[in-house]
Amino acid sequence: MKRRAVSFINRRNLFLAIGLLAFVAAFVWLLATRGPLAPVGVEQAAVTRADLHPGVYGIGTVEAQHAYSVGPIQAGRLLRVMVDQGDRVEAGQVLAEIDPVDLRQRADAAMSAAARARQAAAAAQAQVGEADSRTRLAQANLARYQALYRQNFVAREMVDSRMHEAAAADAALAAAHANAAAAQREIGRADAERQGVDQLRNSLTLLSPITGVVTAREAEPGTTVVAGQAVLRLADPARLWVRARVDQARAQTIRVGQAADIAMRSAPDVALPGKVARIELQSDAVTEERIVDVAFDPVPDRLYLGELAEVTLHLPGTRNALTVPSAAIGLRNDRTGVWQAVDGRARFKPVQFGVQTADRVQVVSGLAEGERIIVYSARQLDAGMRVREQQLMAR
Amino acid sequence: MINLAGRDIVHHLKSYLLTGLGLGLLIGVTLTMAGVYRGMVDDAKVLLRAVDADVWVVQQDTLGPFAEPSSVPDDLYRALLGLPGVAQAGNVAYLTMQVSHAGQSQRVMVAGFEPGKPGGPAFLVAGRPIARAHYEAVADARTGLWVGDVVRIRRNDYTVVGLTRRMVSSNGDPMLFIPLKDAQEAQFLKDNDAIVEDRRRLAANPAINRPGQLGVLEAVQTIQTSSHKVNAVLLRLQHGTDARAVANTIARWQRFTAYTRDDMEEILVAKLIATAAKQIGLFLVILAVVSAAIVAFIIYTMTLGKIKEIAVLKLIGTKNRTIAAMIMQEALGLGIIGFLVGKFAATLWAPAFPKYVLLETGDAGRAFVLTLVVCALASVLAIRAALRIDPAEAIGG
Repeated sequence: MKRRAVSFINRRNLFLAIGLLAFVAAFVWLLATRGPLAPVGVEQAAVTRADLHPGVYGIGTVEAQHAYSVGPIQAGRLLRVMVDQGDRVEAGQVLAEIDPVDLRQRADAAMSAAARARQAAAAAQAQVGEADSRTRLAQANLARYQALYRQNFVAREMVDSRMHEAAAADAALAAAHANAAAAQREIGRADAERQGVDQLRNSLTLLSPITGVVTAREAEPGTTVVAGQAVLRLADPARLWVRARVDQARAQTIRVGQAADIAMRSAPDVALPGKVARIELQSDAVTEERIVDVAFDPVPDRLYLGELAEVTLHLPGTRNALTVPSAAIGLRNDRTGVWQAVDGRARFKPVQFGVQTADRVQVVSGLAEGERIIVYSARQLDAGMRVREQQLMAR
Repeated sequence: MINLAGRDIVHHLKSYLLTGLGLGLLIGVTLTMAGVYRGMVDDAKVLLRAVDADVWVVQQDTLGPFAEPSSVPDDLYRALLGLPGVAQAGNVAYLTMQVSHAGQSQRVMVAGFEPGKPGGPAFLVAGRPIARAHYEAVADARTGLWVGDVVRIRRNDYTVVGLTRRMVSSNGDPMLFIPLKDAQEAQFLKDNDAIVEDRRRLAANPAINRPGQLGVLEAVQTIQTSSHKVNAVLLRLQHGTDARAVANTIARWQRFTAYTRDDMEEILVAKLIATAAKQIGLFLVILAVVSAAIVAFIIYTMTLGKIKEIAVLKLIGTKNRTIAAMIMQEALGLGIIGFLVGKFAATLWAPAFPKYVLLETGDAGRAFVLTLVVCALASVLAIRAALRIDPAEAIGG
């Protein structure tokens, strides 16, 4: 028997036992770490105090605060366009001219009409002088005959006749006066007509309403343009801003004057300073976005209208607030909260959150400073699930 | 009394262990195939579990956003939120596409969702959730992306801010979550050349670009390049609300098709991956049968290889029961070793598969029982053969 026992602990059996033990150990390790029975790996973090500087993000396009479309007030054919896209123009500068067609001839006609009216007025005035003279003669004759009648040298019939002549001359004088006044009116009318034609001629030259830059030249000489159609578009380069669209759900605390960073698509890594200049009253009902106009502060040298820009608005933050990483926010049965590892098992704790930044979120109530919470988990957590702290993404 | 089986095994230890190992690898392959099948079914369901929506609202008479294209207006959710029992509604857009990172492109399923509403990733393994309204992404770890990486989708660059795990489409493509508005744009945006060509075509169309009618052309162009469609609206219901009733109400009065979570699972599992799953399933059955047959043959031949020893045993008067017990024990032992090796191997290599392999404990249990039963049946055959051996063969040599 003794010999057999010795033979049992030979090299082969030793290797066998070690191999068996190793296999069992590896099997148990594999099941415990990789298999379905393994606890869920989690990464934890502590509730800490931090300053939160939340921001709201929106995208928009560079637009002019006021865009000017310069065009004719009535249909016409373009004669000349003096400026091109990118030209700087002064207020009042002539930008383009519309072909006047027959307007010059109409002006000449109006001028002739005015001259004719003046001559007609002079004739009427002369007629007034003549009528006046006749009246005075008739009055003198009447006075003479009345004197003679009182001394009974003439018959009463003669006096009546002279009286009639005097009244007729008076009436002729009044008619001559009225004619003269009408001729004067005619002068005013003809003058006004001439001025109207002049105004029309003035309106055919398109003048710049501002000192700014031509952003578009939309019609070329020879084109027939209708009333209201833009020939040139102008903008004031000092008054460009980004018309940004911000999700309504995050727009609550945006105020005029808040600072902002603007990143142009052409230079996404350069943050240009800006500030909220206006929050438009009319939001976009379809896309559910509020429209916030963010002015450059200061305005960069070269801006391109219509360029896409990303805007980050800096909202008022909180200082020294209890915070957790925003990746820790969980939702369970319509309640927000965090998961905690209690005795190796996952447990959901409802928490009320406040101000949120990209990385961290304020804890209003539900957690104390220093408490440990689960931030990352290898699987979707459920209450009572076994968890174990481990590094999830090693790189 | 000496354990005959033990003695015999120790005697032929090397060949016994190697036989067990070979058997184990075979069982491991079978287990893995079962895992591939389960993984396929799980892939189909994982998204449903993650978004945790009670009702899926899709285009009328379509099979949802995955099995069939579906498009619904993106303001439909307002009407749905007004229904009694609806707690949350979220628009989602799904599109499978190639995204490129660092010069390499790979196939992913891009999911557009609204942060804070149903449809987003349920948990993260690194980084943070999407905080901005545009150009941020949360990627499945399987994409190989890392927090801070930049991927290009159509004409925009997206920064990966968070990573999640086990978020795949029903095809097993890893998912990339981006804000809904970006996904809508990516889904309907044409390439720049096409846009410019379309503008030219519209401008040349006299019906649209008529002289004297300003603004018509611009309006038509704007309509053509903007999209207010999403693929589905996900609803979460208040507690105690019957999802079926809500779905029926939506189908009847809103004139959209609504699926409950069970319907959706049915569509994904029974319709979308039905053929592929059946293919794998049939293969699994054949593999299991072949494995069982091979196990049986191995045990049978192993016993037949011992004819001489058994004849000697018989010659020295060993009882039939003892011989039968020896063969049975050896067979079961082989089965146990094989199962353990197989389970070990399957667990070890399962994570290396490009698609998810789900090894279920229940499957392992069934495989264990099946192995033992097959071993026992095979040993019965071997025992019958062993008992018919003539003791004289021991001398006959």
